[in-house]
Amino acid sequence: MANTLTYLKNVTTLALDADLCVGCGMCTVVCPRAVLSLKNGKVEIVERDACMECGACAQNCPTRALKVDAGVGCAAAVINTALGRSGDECCCVVDANGKTGPVCGPGCC
Amino acid sequence: MNYTVDPGLYALGAPDKQSPVLVTANFKLSFDRLRSAFGGRNAWILVLDTKGINVWCAAGKGTFGTDELTGRLKASGLEKIVSHRHLILPQLSAPGVAAHAVKRACGFSVAYGPIRAGDLSEFMDRGMKATPEMRTKRFPLAERAVLVPMEFIPALKWMAVLLPLFLVLGGVGFSGTFRGDITTHGIQAAFMLTGGLLAGAVLTPLLLPWLPGRAFAAKGAVAGLITGCIVIFLSGGAPDTAAIQAESSGMLLISVALAAYLAMNFTGASDYTSLSGVRREMQWAAPLLIAGATLGLILWTAARFL
Ligand code: SF4
Ligand code: SF4
Repeated sequence: MANTLTYLKNVTTLALDADLCVGCGMCTVVCPRAVLSLKNGKVEIVERDACMECGACAQNCPTRALKVDAGVGCAAAVINTALGRSGDECCCVVDANGKTGPVCGPGCC
Repeated sequence: MNYTVDPGLYALGAPDKQSPVLVTANFKLSFDRLRSAFGGRNAWILVLDTKGINVWCAAGKGTFGTDELTGRLKASGLEKIVSHRHLILPQLSAPGVAAHAVKRACGFSVAYGPIRAGDLSEFMDRGMKATPEMRTKRFPLAERAVLVPMEFIPALKWMAVLLPLFLVLGGVGFSGTFRGDITTHGIQAAFMLTGGLLAGAVLTPLLLPWLPGRAFAAKGAVAGLITGCIVIFLSGGAPDTAAIQAESSGMLLISVALAAYLAMNFTGASDYTSLSGVRREMQWAAPLLIAGATLGLILWTAARFL
């Protein structure tokens, strides 16, 4: 895919149950990585390896035809989880003393 | 610094019953971007309480979610303020919001706008249609460059410990005097580490699409290999004795491991990595990094006895 970077191959947990799809196209609208495309009234996974597991498609599919284990692809969060620190507190941690700002750990948005 | 906006309904320009309703997070930057992108038009802006966090991150956490949206909408009395039943949400809020559930809960239909607020005017002019371009998240050089300080500055904390440590250790055990060895072996070690830092925290983000490999650790390792070889070359070219070979390759391994580690940290800020991917990468990269750094340390220490 021109202009967009792709991460590791064959890792995404994205799964489509084509029988449930009613072809509403909502998932193709919300996907920020152009993973899905409507063909003949059904959706197809066309760029599987581009999926970043954001969960937008599954969240917005009215028939639950799409499933994905959504999460943030962040090494610091994975380390924190492995060390038993509070889960996915990688991105945008809310400051404990009530100051709510974009408080980020190393390498976060 | 206050990064938040009070949640609730805001008027942009002089909106009436027909004006569009835009929904955003109460992170000040998100709100300001939306206002300036829509400047000159009339609209209602419904600000959700996302605890001052931007749209994408708040949606991932669920704070920019269906419940907050429907609750805030009812509290704002929007139903009586506008005659239509349509909302425009940023596309990047979709991981948190289920459009069909919003419709069911409060009767408002959700249209997802473009990813970048800057495309909003064009989106409206096209009759609320986004081009595929507007719907795809990219990770251009400018965006990556902005993130470099976020990688670099936290890493400095570690470097403040590592650099003096290696500088002093470089003075211990080699053939010359303590002072003399610091200025040769110690300095070389410090430069190697600095090279690793630059490779992982600066070069990797900037050169991301051009560095080989898909895994970030691999990209970082390649960048670290480059900076490491440059330092070795500048400090006297190809190593000739066994002792110098062990010393240089030891430090090279350490700085490559450092660069790979820092590069891996950049997965969090990158807009295209998946959790499964990061897990998979760390499964093989983490043991390899630890092994590499340990072997490097052994070689660098052994160089004193060769
Ligand atoms: S949102 Fe669901 S039903 Fe609609 S096109 Fe996508 S998979 Fe099919
Ligand atoms: S999880 Fe996100 S990136 Fe993957 S297909 Fe669904 S919307 Fe697209």
